[in-house]
Amino acid sequence: MANSTQNHHIHISSRHNILELNLKEVWKYRDLIILFTRRSFSLLYKQTILGPAWVFLNPLISSLVYAFVFGGIAGIDTDGVPTVLFYLCSNAIWIFFSSCVTRNANTFTANAAVFGKVYFPRLTIPVSNVLSSFIQFFVQMILVFVFLIFYVIRGQVTPHWEFWVLIPLLLIHLGVLGLGVGVIISSLTTKYRDLAILVTFGIQLWMYVTPIVYPISQIEEGVMRTILMTNPVTAPTEMIRYALLGQGEVLPGYMLLSAAVTVLVMTVGIMIFNKVEKTFMDTV
Amino acid sequence: MDSNLQNREIAVKISGVKKMYRLGQIGGGTLRGDLESWWARIRGKEDPNTLIGTDQRLMGQTFMALNGIDLTIYKGEAVGIIGGNGAGKSTMLKLLSRVTAPTDGQIDIYGRIASMLEVGTGFHGELTGRENVYMNGAILGMTKAEIDAKMEDIIEFSEVRDFIDTPVKRYSSGMYVKLAFSVAAHLDSEILIMDEVLAVGDMAFQKKCLNRMRDAAQKEGRTVLYVSHNMNTIRQLCDRCIVLDKGRVIFEGDVETAIGIYSGTGISDLPVTYDLFDTQRPSAQHGNDLRIEKLEFLADRRAAFARSEGVSFRITFEARKRITNLKLYFVLKASNGTTVGLVQTLDSITDTEPGKRYTYVFFFDCSNLAEDTYCFSPDLFADDGNGKHWSVDQPVCDIRFKIVDEHPVGLNWNLTYYGNVRLNPVTVVRGGVLHEEG
Repeated sequence: MANSTQNHHIHISSRHNILELNLKEVWKYRDLIILFTRRSFSLLYKQTILGPAWVFLNPLISSLVYAFVFGGIAGIDTDGVPTVLFYLCSNAIWIFFSSCVTRNANTFTANAAVFGKVYFPRLTIPVSNVLSSFIQFFVQMILVFVFLIFYVIRGQVTPHWEFWVLIPLLLIHLGVLGLGVGVIISSLTTKYRDLAILVTFGIQLWMYVTPIVYPISQIEEGVMRTILMTNPVTAPTEMIRYALLGQGEVLPGYMLLSAAVTVLVMTVGIMIFNKVEKTFMDTV
Repeated sequence: MDSNLQNREIAVKISGVKKMYRLGQIGGGTLRGDLESWWARIRGKEDPNTLIGTDQRLMGQTFMALNGIDLTIYKGEAVGIIGGNGAGKSTMLKLLSRVTAPTDGQIDIYGRIASMLEVGTGFHGELTGRENVYMNGAILGMTKAEIDAKMEDIIEFSEVRDFIDTPVKRYSSGMYVKLAFSVAAHLDSEILIMDEVLAVGDMAFQKKCLNRMRDAAQKEGRTVLYVSHNMNTIRQLCDRCIVLDKGRVIFEGDVETAIGIYSGTGISDLPVTYDLFDTQRPSAQHGNDLRIEKLEFLADRRAAFARSEGVSFRITFEARKRITNLKLYFVLKASNGTTVGLVQTLDSITDTEPGKRYTYVFFFDCSNLAEDTYCFSPDLFADDGNGKHWSVDQPVCDIRFKIVDEHPVGLNWNLTYYGNVRLNPVTVVRGGVLHEEG
């Protein structure tokens, strides 16, 4: 027992390292992360008739709406990729990223009751949120694959198979970016609630400056295109679609920029998160 | 375990811990304030938002909930923490549980810590009892394997086996609490922190919980830190006690002495005289036409009164305007913060003349108050006789006094269950043995 207690020395002081992440501790609480993740799904479709079927229906319906509005009415060209497949794929990517942001954006305020009573590594919540988004993405991917196989057999789509190895990396990239943005927002909302309201609009706006409902090739050279390309979500999105659908642009320069932004956002996020998690109970 | 006997090992060491809270609402102006402070720091100037003076407990916008705490708690001890409301007990537990960080000072904890500031943290109504046990256990730091191993014991202890796979939103509050406590009671940590969580469930279950905690401390050699207003549980559970007052440790040691000090029978923390002239008023209007200067209890060393004798105090005030029909009222609060009732003068005290000072002695019967420490803040008001009245002076203060029951009659009074008011006894009117007829 003496031995085990020596391993559990906790030092609490008013000073703390702003870049300290304590991932070891987060790893110790991995069961909690799994439980949080599982809970986010088991609670999602409680008291609904269709239950888990909504995991498929939700993106399918919104993709069909996109296909109808943007592909049908607005007539946006999807570079030869069948519209439904294009929107299903884009939608999956966007929902993955945006849910990383929005789920994390209220980490502190939504969990104040629990955080106020028990200590556990606060990072478990954002991590489980990203994990939930990952799972949701994979489920949606099943749907994408069904359509993809259909169109590949018909010869309408030729994926760039050699780039598929990059997809997991790109997803982690987007996940980390979403986590960083979400964590910064959640840290600031403990004090300034305005941000929580702005997030809803912000995310909508962000979607339109990301090539989600249109391929980037539809935008002509100019200021607008440069703005869209500097958006850190653009390059990974195009890259994933390039691999999956054989449509899109691979732009190493912008990819690097996006990676740099992600690292920056994550670093700032960790710094703010570390500062806030210690005392947010006093201001929330 | 052997090392325990040779040399007392430290479980928790608290040194120079302070915790500051900001008073008032946070929001609106805070962004501007934050930017101002930040800009001042950048230029190396004095922060315009810092208030002058750092030694006072209350300094304008901030409040020192803990004001320099030094404590050492050894392994295997069961330590009780007592103190009035706002003494800093809960803040201290929050710091130890790492829910919030100290403003200054350091805490070292040797061993795994389990804090129960509340039972059932993370319980979700839609999840079943079993699912919630996993959830709650994981939040408290257990791994899934550990919970699996203890699941049987937890269910057994909780007495809700039949409902373990039912969503907890269908539970009665008693069942909910029993299940929640069971999880907490089966934690493997070396240090247990509890904030009155034992005040849950029915009497039998409470006793069970208390025994469980005592076993943890005495048989398993765990360290227990327990905060409570219930002196009986402190007596049963703890072998050392700490008395907090106004954010400081005022006593550390033997349980009975500590309880004595807390209830005001030892060294008194209940002053007899209060200077109220410079005390804050709720508004600029208060204390203008008339200003209360002083309130003193008519007691020799400390503000303690026997239940049978009644409470008497003197108020001295200065009138600056003519006020007719001056009256006094105050709301009496019990030590746990609940309102006991209103005490008021029915007749007018006097009609004041400008520039004169007055002093009056007041008395009220306290035979219906249970033994406890009470607090109030006096309010002098004018009454126009037609049901309209307005407050002329109301110093913002906590005037405290203690009621001592010198000759207790009837049941042993338990404030948690019986409240603070001793209602008139019920008497037997008539009756006798029933004779079966026929």
